Amino acid sequence: MRTAISKIEYYLPETILTTEDLANKFNKDSSVLFKNTGIKKRHVRNLNQIGSDLGFEAANQLLQKYPEYNSKIDFVIFCTEGLDYKAPTTSSTLHYKLGLKEDCGCIDMPMGCAGYIYGLSLADAIIKSENASCVLFIAADIPTSVIHSEDFEMRALFGDAGTATIIEKKETHGIGKFVFGNDGSGAKNLLVERGSTRAPLDLTYINEYSDQPDGLSHGRMTMNGLEVTRFSLEKVPMLLTKTLEKNNYSFEEIDLFVLHQASLIILKSLKRKCNIPDAKFYIYLEEVGNTVSCSIPIALYHAELEGKLKRGNKVLLLGFGVGYSWGGTVVEY
Amino acid sequence: MDIQELIKCIEEEFDEIETGSLSDDSSIRDLDGWSSMHALILIALVDNHFDVLLTGEELKNSLTIQDLHEVISKRKA
Repeated sequence: MRTAISKIEYYLPETILTTEDLANKFNKDSSVLFKNTGIKKRHVRNLNQIGSDLGFEAANQLLQKYPEYNSKIDFVIFCTEGLDYKAPTTSSTLHYKLGLKEDCGCIDMPMGCAGYIYGLSLADAIIKSENASCVLFIAADIPTSVIHSEDFEMRALFGDAGTATIIEKKETHGIGKFVFGNDGSGAKNLLVERGSTRAPLDLTYINEYSDQPDGLSHGRMTMNGLEVTRFSLEKVPMLLTKTLEKNNYSFEEIDLFVLHQASLIILKSLKRKCNIPDAKFYIYLEEVGNTVSCSIPIALYHAELEGKLKRGNKVLLLGFGVGYSWGGTVVEY
Repeated sequence: MDIQELIKCIEEEFDEIETGSLSDDSSIRDLDGWSSMHALILIALVDNHFDVLLTGEELKNSLTIQDLHEVISKRKA
């Protein structure tokens, strides 16, 4: 038995932060900023929207478009770095809001940039073990909620989004084997400080950020861009090789390479380093920025829309980032 | 590795820098429009062209192109 990605939908919040807006605010040249980031727009949540709201919109959109899945879905996975509550699980409340059937498992997965790969692996395993047959995998992230208004680099990079993917049984083609990796020593280089169980908000924090939208009440993200870039350049080429080896594919057999859309600098550099031809390397940053766990499904959606990814193609997927955590697989789309 | 090769790579990578305007003693942080993003571009450039993944410390201590050249040469030796 194999499993396959059947459908993908996504949702973006309406508010847009353009490169011109950002360049004006930080007194930068917008054309240089666009050249260096490859990003024209980032979608930003309204203050009353959180990750699961964006995930709900994406999943609802999918179910409206393909209503046959309403009765088929028997497992929900929700991946985000900003769960609704400490308890209950957010997948459980999403399941209820979406009106899905009761005979359905629900689990949360608090992961970031490698989250889509881990979610696919979980869906694949649940179906292959014959404990479910149709998984709704919702990934949604709101990185803008943890970025300080003066943190130029991060504001230039990240955008909010929600995605919904259907993974189901297929006999002939589908999701391949997975490679996983982890290096927790990298935690300090990309971290959301405060607003957590280990470091809750206190009065000093609340007073310090009282001028910020929402008071940065979800916490504040800090990033050592240089170290994150080094990590990506060091680990991802190895991950690519291991993923090919594990799936018994040669480099040439892959039709499309879709990596986590970390940043243009990292993507361009990885393309060069791994000798991936332009025609086989898909970038979708311009309209959305780095949308964390949503970047791979959004890229897959657009690659298919543009005709660069066709059913039956072999697409190599690599996720990497916060943790440090990384994972890869090859999907016969 | 010749220092001219490094200079050529930097001039080609950064549109803001005019070809022929850099020399051995050009200060990296005084390059036109230098920002923290350019440091990332430089790390990626050196890795791609010279197969040396610089550490943050090495980049921080490289004030001029000559310094950067020395670090890369030392790592490649």
